[in-house]
Amino acid sequence: MKVTRKDFLRIAAGSVVAAGTGTLVHALSGSAPATAATVGESKQRWGMVIDLRQCRQQGECDQCIRACHQTHNVPEVPNPAHEVKWIWNEPFAKVFPFQQSEYTRQADGGTLPVLCNHCASPSCVRVCPTKATWKRGDGIVMMDYHRCIGCRYCMAACPYGSRSFNYVDPRPHLRQVNPEVPTRSAGVVEKCDFCTARLAKGELPACVEACPQGAMVFGDLNDESSPVRQLLAERYSVQRQPHLGCGPSIFYLV
Amino acid sequence: MRDRVLIFAGLSLFLALVTYPVWQGLAARSSTAGPVLPATAAGQKCVAPRDVMRVAHMEMLMSWRDLKVRENQRTYTAADGTVYTIDLTATCLTQCHGPKEKFCDSCHAYAGVPAVNCWSCHTSPPAAPNPGELR
Amino acid sequence: MFDLALTGGRRYWSWVVFLLLLMGVGLFFYLQQLQHGLGITGLSRDVSWGIYIAQFTFFVGVAASAVMVVLPYYLHDVRQFGRITILGELLAIAAVTMCMLFIFVDMGQPTRVLNVLLHPTLHSLMFWDMVSLSGYLLINATVAYVMLNAEYKGVPAPGWIKPVILLSIPWAISIHTVTAFLYNGLPGRHLWFTAILAPRFLASAFAAGPALLILLCLLLRRLTSFDAGREAIGKLGVVVAYAMAANIFFLLLELFTALYSQVPDHIHAFEYLFFGLEGEAGLAPLMWGSVVLGVIALVALLVPRLRRNEKILATAAVLVFVSLWLEKGMGMIVGGFVPSPLGAVTPYAPTLPEWAIVAGIWATGGLLITFFYKIVVAVRAAN
Repeated sequence: MKVTRKDFLRIAAGSVVAAGTGTLVHALSGSAPATAATVGESKQRWGMVIDLRQCRQQGECDQCIRACHQTHNVPEVPNPAHEVKWIWNEPFAKVFPFQQSEYTRQADGGTLPVLCNHCASPSCVRVCPTKATWKRGDGIVMMDYHRCIGCRYCMAACPYGSRSFNYVDPRPHLRQVNPEVPTRSAGVVEKCDFCTARLAKGELPACVEACPQGAMVFGDLNDESSPVRQLLAERYSVQRQPHLGCGPSIFYLV
Repeated sequence: MRDRVLIFAGLSLFLALVTYPVWQGLAARSSTAGPVLPATAAGQKCVAPRDVMRVAHMEMLMSWRDLKVRENQRTYTAADGTVYTIDLTATCLTQCHGPKEKFCDSCHAYAGVPAVNCWSCHTSPPAAPNPGELR
Repeated sequence: MFDLALTGGRRYWSWVVFLLLLMGVGLFFYLQQLQHGLGITGLSRDVSWGIYIAQFTFFVGVAASAVMVVLPYYLHDVRQFGRITILGELLAIAAVTMCMLFIFVDMGQPTRVLNVLLHPTLHSLMFWDMVSLSGYLLINATVAYVMLNAEYKGVPAPGWIKPVILLSIPWAISIHTVTAFLYNGLPGRHLWFTAILAPRFLASAFAAGPALLILLCLLLRRLTSFDAGREAIGKLGVVVAYAMAANIFFLLLELFTALYSQVPDHIHAFEYLFFGLEGEAGLAPLMWGSVVLGVIALVALLVPRLRRNEKILATAAVLVFVSLWLEKGMGMIVGGFVPSPLGAVTPYAPTLPEWAIVAGIWATGGLLITFFYKIVVAVRAAN
């Protein structure tokens, strides 16, 4: 049989398409059990209650932020455009814009800490094309920095602005490196992970532990006797943008 | 026949490119002697036999990575029942193998597989572990 | 057949070399970006998608617009388009290639791009966008190759290609619908959170794509022996006129909803685009420019006497293309990020490396189109 150059090219192109399809089919069929295994059901749903009255008493406090950022090797990038932050302070009016009226706008609401809401129905997880971010059985929205392709779709999807992208290599901007926690590389998205590593050791999140006022209370939202549930039962609380349906696990006592 | 110069020029360029690694190796005076790894301290054993680790360490690292990050499983039980904390820096390097420059890099550089992307995030312990502290 | 692209005069080769140089410059800056990260772009924590993704969106539209010549010809027997369906399909191939490149250069970890296949995630619209774009590329490559090859050999095209061509019609609609879904399924991005985003995208696509095709046809007639025919070009003008009218109508619908309802989030998004917020009005000149150019073009296209004048038609086509390029290739995407979820107004402007990379991708698309159309012209000239 005589194979012309054109035949050869045609066969080569066909093989590439066939191989590609095969890989896709293989990947599709292979991925199903892995997903089931990674979701893992759990009765817990970790959440946090932040008592703003306590928080305000401390004035211009940033101890939770410093504790968090030191623990997790969060860099201090000088260029605000490339900033990386897991927990930070924002003015009350920015966090709860629709709790304001023209008569209360002058009132100084102070600042309050904001962080990833570890939503019950996280839109970042919905959009991620590689499952690099996903919701664990205990409600924590996790990031797998090994898998993130840096498309930043999750940043567009998060209605709380809780996600940061490493526009530059973070390492030169770390004052000191906590050797127990890996740093991140340029090109991946990162955010608060509710101190997964500390929880596994039975410790509280770093921010909760660092708060001098005990304004941050961490616990299981599914457990009626947990301190978070008791606080939520006693006091009036708000969530950020509840009307968007994401179901934040962070509650603010006002 | 007027293309002769072009043809031979092309052929020699091709040959030069194909044999480039050989010339580069000769110029760099690289040797074919394999890397020398630090001797194993008495009583020290790895999570799996050396032969297994030699061919499958990358698979184990990947599986450890996914177990810890994705399934929140933070320990690994070896075939002999020893339980290890899954941690590249704290367990693999700090407890056993020492700085990556002396352990990982020596083989990877020799085998010409240098592009491993672990160290843009993970840190390497500064010094080799003290034999007294070994598991 | 492909070798036909390799014979050309001095003018042809100078153009090719020029494009290759642009691609080289783009590649140089892309390597810089690869080394230093996306920090060399104008992107920020608040505006995390910029000109790459905006241009991607715009060129998905250009790609989808091939349907505007394929559908009339194959479903309604509009004979005048017989000579140019192939031009539309080849334009689609080049545009989809550009889209893929735009997505690729936007990635923070491009070496991990195959993770999208390795861990296919059915609930992510980005996965479906990849499926629909690569499917569209495959369909158009097959159709264009088979049709052109048949013409080259002087034999009728095989019968099985007809269903593939018909499949390309809904598929074209799908690529731009899925691309709109990328944006309008996100809570908290008020500019995009509108059910008519997909229709808006399609309307602007069916204006911008055929406008480009008009210009390419006029260019081919001037530079080569290929003539699409006055009637085909005139019909394309009608397509652009209707699509542009629909596009402006949709924009007015959006403005009504936001301005009459007075819902702050919806107003802020448009306020930023057209007037700026907190003194930041970087996109306002672009948006007003887009509106003014668009309205002028629409008037020129709607009046038959003006539209039939080829010089005016060409000018209108340029205006439509530029108008939509400004709106969709920049404003619509960047505007979605301002104000940020925490009310921050962050300006964005592409940096020099970013522009260079974008230009490199345009040059890549331009080179593909040059080669493709060169082959078409040569095949047609031989027959």
